[in-house]
Amino acid sequence: MSAFPRLQWQGDSALLVTLGDCIDEALNQQVYLLASRLNSSGLPGLGECVPGYATLLVHFDPLAGDVERLREVVLHALDTDRSGSEVFQPRRIEVPVWYGGAFGPDLEDVARHTGLHPDEVIRLHCSRDYPVYMMGFTPGFPYLGGMDVRLATPRLATPRTRIPAGSVGIAGEQTGIYPQESPGGWRIIGRTPLRLFDLDREIPCLLAPGDRVRFVPLPADVGGAHV
Amino acid sequence: MWAVRMFEVLDPGGLCTLQDAGRRGSERFGVPVSGAMDWFALRAANRLTGNVDEATVLEFAFQGPVLSALTDCLVAVTGPGWWLQVDDRRLPGWTAVAVRAGQTLRVRSDNQAFWGVLAAAGVLDGEQRLGSTSTYLAGKFGGLDGRSIQTGDLLRLKTTPTSSPSRAGHFLPASAHPAYAQKVSLRVLVGPQEDWFGEEGLSRFFENEYGIGPRSDRMGYRLEGPLVPRREGSLLSEGMVVGALQVPPDGQPILMMADRPTTGGYPKIGAVITADLPLAAQLLPGTGRVSFHPVSLEEAHRALAGRIRQLDFIESDEDFGVAI
Repeated sequence: MSAFPRLQWQGDSALLVTLGDCIDEALNQQVYLLASRLNSSGLPGLGECVPGYATLLVHFDPLAGDVERLREVVLHALDTDRSGSEVFQPRRIEVPVWYGGAFGPDLEDVARHTGLHPDEVIRLHCSRDYPVYMMGFTPGFPYLGGMDVRLATPRLATPRTRIPAGSVGIAGEQTGIYPQESPGGWRIIGRTPLRLFDLDREIPCLLAPGDRVRFVPLPADVGGAHV
Repeated sequence: MWAVRMFEVLDPGGLCTLQDAGRRGSERFGVPVSGAMDWFALRAANRLTGNVDEATVLEFAFQGPVLSALTDCLVAVTGPGWWLQVDDRRLPGWTAVAVRAGQTLRVRSDNQAFWGVLAAAGVLDGEQRLGSTSTYLAGKFGGLDGRSIQTGDLLRLKTTPTSSPSRAGHFLPASAHPAYAQKVSLRVLVGPQEDWFGEEGLSRFFENEYGIGPRSDRMGYRLEGPLVPRREGSLLSEGMVVGALQVPPDGQPILMMADRPTTGGYPKIGAVITADLPLAAQLLPGTGRVSFHPVSLEEAHRALAGRIRQLDFIESDEDFGVAI
């Protein structure tokens, strides 16, 4: 019998559905298929479904619905997924970035560490789509996967106390974007003018779990005009 | 927007914010739930004043606020140990109290008390963000401009209360409160990562008593006591519920509370059941002692239904109600 999928309660009001134990885009897309099936099930008591890399945390009000029914609906949704007739269609979001200079103070360091020319660092960083595996940590923060390992650079030994919102950085084999100003130890290689989290917008979060992000370089002089 | 001016804040007391039952539905975007730390106190205060259970309240900790009433209204203070002084008159907590414009309200406690709640009939007005008025201080949104309440702030009501006078004197008797104490045994649903701890880790956790560390806040309570041995390694980040008991590599468990991040990468040995979260929330940093024992899912759900039924035991006593 396979260890996955596994259904376990996390507390008395959420069912954790674990589909695997690795970071894998196809596996992650199964998480979104499951979420979309559950969200359209109309099951009484069903709350928000929160994706992880390989899990879906299904919030559930045990006083408004029946837990046995929840198990059945989840198992049915998982069963149908395996038939493979339905494919998850991710959104593709372009994120423009000013690389280097005042916006990317660590670009030169990343180039030195990786042995690549700064232009090559930018080219590689912009050369593929990064899946948003999940969101968490702070409002609007995307866990991006799939960075070219040639760009891997360790975190700063001493974190900065203030990193501006929109900063794009590298930490180990990960790349990411800071939605809010915060302290942090990522190597900052650029900045996007897009606001990842803005409560004054109708849809506050620019990105959603399951999206694919593509970085697009902006000309440096345009960036300068915005300082 | 039109709204009734209800209170002028003369002194905000400690950690004073507007909170409701929490911001649900945006966890997948990384937006924490927040909301009142003690969900039972929140619902009791609202029930007593005739509001919907989940409505916005003033939450405070350690020291109660001092408020000047700008209009006649019905209020209730809840949370273990808290009571209300209206001008010179002492009025009990867990009771609907009619106040008049011009009176001064001092929320007080005899001994050290932790989280308290004040609800006003007609519902305090707060900034709605993603479907909730709860203040999330780290994100600087919700409540009153995303910040804690300050001296001189004006608190408004969303609507003019209509039925208030008839409810004055209604109270929730002590027999219907959760058994708040500074030494409690909390019920836990084991898992989902119990296999990270093995027999040794599980028995260490469930057979010992823990203190509440001083570095505890709305995000989580650090448990001080015997270290819980666990497997090395890291878990793939996954969604995380309120009440989750995370164990970082140092073996010192953390109980996740209202402002917790929505996801976490530490294994969870269990989660405190919803019925017992009010007891957990009221454990004072540096004072509270807690042990844990496992229960079944069925028992957790029965306990939750029972806890919610306790809110129905509101009684009426006219003598307590009116502060003149």
